Amino acid sequence: MTSTLPLVVAAIVAWLAIGALGLVRPRSIRYVGRLLFPVGAAVALALAALAVRAIGEPAQTIILPLGLPGLPFHLRLDALSAFFLLLLGAAAAGISMFSAGYFRASEGIAPGLVCLQYHVFLSAMALVIVADDAYAFMVAWETMALASYFLVTTDHRIPEIRRAGFLYLLIAHVGAIAILLCFGVLQGGTGDYTFGSMRSVVLPGGWASIAFLLALFGFGAKAGLLPLHVWLPEAHPAAPSPVSALMSGVMLKTAIYGLLRVAFDLLNGHLWWWGALALVLGLATALYGVIFAAAQTDMKRLLAYSSIENIGIIVAGVGLTILFKAYAKPLFAAITLSATLYHALNHAFFKSLLFLATGSVLHATKERSLGRLGGLIHRMPWVAWLALVGTLAMAGLPPLNGFVSEWLLLQAFLFTPSLPQSFVNMLVPLAAAALVLAVALAAYVMVKFYGVVFLGRPREPNLAYAHDAGRYERVALVWFALGCIVLGLFPVNVIALLDHINEMLLGSTVGRIGSSWWLFAPINADRSSYSPIIVLAGVVAVVLLTIQIVHRQYHGRLRKGPAWDCGFPLQTPRMQDTAEGFGQPIRQVFEAFFRVERTLPSPFDESPNYKVTIDDRLWHWLYLPIAQATDAVARLSGRIQQGRISVYLIYSFLTLLALLMFVR
Amino acid sequence: MTATGFLSQVLQLAIALALAPLLLGWVNQCRAWLSNRSAPPLLLPYRMIRKLFHKDAVVAQNASAVFRITPYIVFGSMALAAAIVPSLATDVPFAHAADAIALVGLFALARVFIALAAMDIGTAFGSIGARREMFIGFLAEPALLMVLFTASLISGSTALPTIVETLAHRDIAIYPSLAFAGVAFTMVSLAENARIPIDNPATHLELTMIHEAMILEYSARHLALIEWASALKLFNYSCIGLALFVPFGIAEVGADWVAILKAAPVLVAKLAVGGLALALIETLSAKLRIFRAPEFLGTAFLLAVLGMLVTQLLGA
Repeated sequence: MTSTLPLVVAAIVAWLAIGALGLVRPRSIRYVGRLLFPVGAAVALALAALAVRAIGEPAQTIILPLGLPGLPFHLRLDALSAFFLLLLGAAAAGISMFSAGYFRASEGIAPGLVCLQYHVFLSAMALVIVADDAYAFMVAWETMALASYFLVTTDHRIPEIRRAGFLYLLIAHVGAIAILLCFGVLQGGTGDYTFGSMRSVVLPGGWASIAFLLALFGFGAKAGLLPLHVWLPEAHPAAPSPVSALMSGVMLKTAIYGLLRVAFDLLNGHLWWWGALALVLGLATALYGVIFAAAQTDMKRLLAYSSIENIGIIVAGVGLTILFKAYAKPLFAAITLSATLYHALNHAFFKSLLFLATGSVLHATKERSLGRLGGLIHRMPWVAWLALVGTLAMAGLPPLNGFVSEWLLLQAFLFTPSLPQSFVNMLVPLAAAALVLAVALAAYVMVKFYGVVFLGRPREPNLAYAHDAGRYERVALVWFALGCIVLGLFPVNVIALLDHINEMLLGSTVGRIGSSWWLFAPINADRSSYSPIIVLAGVVAVVLLTIQIVHRQYHGRLRKGPAWDCGFPLQTPRMQDTAEGFGQPIRQVFEAFFRVERTLPSPFDESPNYKVTIDDRLWHWLYLPIAQATDAVARLSGRIQQGRISVYLIYSFLTLLALLMFVR
Repeated sequence: MTATGFLSQVLQLAIALALAPLLLGWVNQCRAWLSNRSAPPLLLPYRMIRKLFHKDAVVAQNASAVFRITPYIVFGSMALAAAIVPSLATDVPFAHAADAIALVGLFALARVFIALAAMDIGTAFGSIGARREMFIGFLAEPALLMVLFTASLISGSTALPTIVETLAHRDIAIYPSLAFAGVAFTMVSLAENARIPIDNPATHLELTMIHEAMILEYSARHLALIEWASALKLFNYSCIGLALFVPFGIAEVGADWVAILKAAPVLVAKLAVGGLALALIETLSAKLRIFRAPEFLGTAFLLAVLGMLVTQLLGA
């Protein structure tokens, strides 16, 4: 049997080749869209299959003669990277298929150029995941950031999009600097930047903590952790929908991959407060994200904030895993890590599904604002019904996939009384409460999203001309919806797959104690169990039985009539809740989080106008002061630029003098 | 699966489906007595459901399939939940399909569907009802989970049968954590079942209704199923409350069929007392403004978290 890693490298090269081929006929939609993107999807599918094979195999390494002389690229494929390759491949397969039908010649830059950037982005993410030295990792990481920057600014003629792209690039680089410094700490004075040597270095306690904090900051910036989340709600709406899906579904996960790689593979000697810090930060992010999601009026911004929420949940899971590991509870750590990885995989599926659905809606209606949509289930049944699956999954409802991972994570929280430290024991009930609150709010957000976009009556007359998604887009949506269902129904098999990673990172596994193929019981069935198949079968059986009985026993007569609505004779679509209206209770309860600016009309206005803008307070508390300070420093340093050659000569002369003083 | 387990499963589900409307009728009767009105017949909910099944369904013109499938899904979730909650016996096969957390998920599934159906027609009342229901839901659901977590921490399990067996075998005393949890659970149940002080099941007053606003467009068999499902929901919540706080008289693993048959009258008696208590609470309180609901449910949430903290501190 051939080793898997060379094949993975071949897939990466194939993606790069497809990207380059896009330049051959960059304006031809038939060539780029109907040929190159589906081939890219096939490569992604192959990559996912390879990853499934590699996940149970021992780690493989390879050294590529690329890069600087004396600094070749080290690559390594182990269970952790195989899992994230699986996530990348599975998500990219669907998204590439969607892209095949999505990109149009008339929008933004030429499709061939998008194809190049898109495939460079994909291969850079794959390379991040298999990189085994800091040098290759950083090259891939930066390529990923740049490629995604160009993808975000596809419609670069719009100033807001350029601004969003710049903000994204800025925060990506602040994060990259932290990651670079983190690797600098991790090499521990050996000067050897391969991950293999970092693993064997034992850092003194303080340095290990610094490395962890740098990793949390650097990868947190990419993942959208509080307070570095501000780029997400700007960049996701700016990007074309498949790119949003790729960034939200996959790229955020590469940051989680990096965090896991550093925290569990490269670092050793875990301290409990690392875990507590990540836990608190993650939950704060989750709550913050979901509260803001509830107040959004743009469907892609809403989904972006909900990504922040999910990343928060994932990071909280990482934190709890570190806690358990620090207190040497291998089984509980394994369960928590499984829940975390599971949620990452689930999020990749349902968030890609929903972002792609917004792409179809955007193409069909030219509208992103929730306040001008509605009733699309009649016009776009395919998109609407498949998006319903994603909606229910993201709302964390059984028997779909979003519920399983949240269930497992809540189970993990209930193990904490076994921890020896009372402070942590007090922290965890509050943490569980915060997690549950975030999950419950997510259901609110999803009802708002789905109800306003797809249900009700069309809020604008031109929605009557909306058309359903094309063939390629449907295939992609079906792929993700099926993924949501399958991942939800067969948790035992997924956990068996994830156990390889637990084994590698923690040295312990969840195992199949008490579980059988239909019953998921991580410890034993008396402690906790959940069977999605029985839940689904039970509900479906009762539904079918009830329909049968009611129709046989009584009748199935049905009449159509106008809506009753308490007998109000005049009903217009404008009387439905808008997105603002639906989010209003949340805004009222969590008023302290928002910065609300209202312009109210006076009673005598000829054309009354009501306008509300909702802002992130952090923006005003953190980012604007930093921006102003930078501006002020720049202005001060600008004073030395006089624009006269004599002044610059004096500077040179003084510099020379100073140098002579030192060198002497 | 044992034969008695199967028997108790069937019996439990049958009792739930059959007695749920009766519980509703009983509560209405008690409320009427307590407020000095002449009571409606005890069996009125049954007649109502039967009448509705006979009628022709009228559905709004722009209703989608979501609207028509929702009553069945809501009814299905509630029936499944009734099979899972150990009301009669702990040795029921379905109990393993969903533990306490999954049960809350099942309730959430029903809530999300009914809210989506309310938004489907696109009327002002439907969407206001959906918004309010989800608003109440996101406040009540965490509180309910915290109550269940308190019980789980005590019994070291989230499986309801194990919780019942652990709690039933402790010394009879007032445990502070369970006392907090009990108060919180009562408040949550009132909110979740659309009772006073959060909602009023008897009103169609535009500005105050929540649950009724959502199901305004339903008629005939769809409405019948939703009414039945609401009754089942009240029944399920009562049974969860009984399982957590009065777990006595429930047949345990290894019990013979006599014990299971004995458990049935005990359950009916406990539910009768519970219904009376519910009517008493409803009669004694007034409906809150919708924006006072966060305070009410926030209190419940805090009490439940307090219960959990007390469990951690005192181990009781």
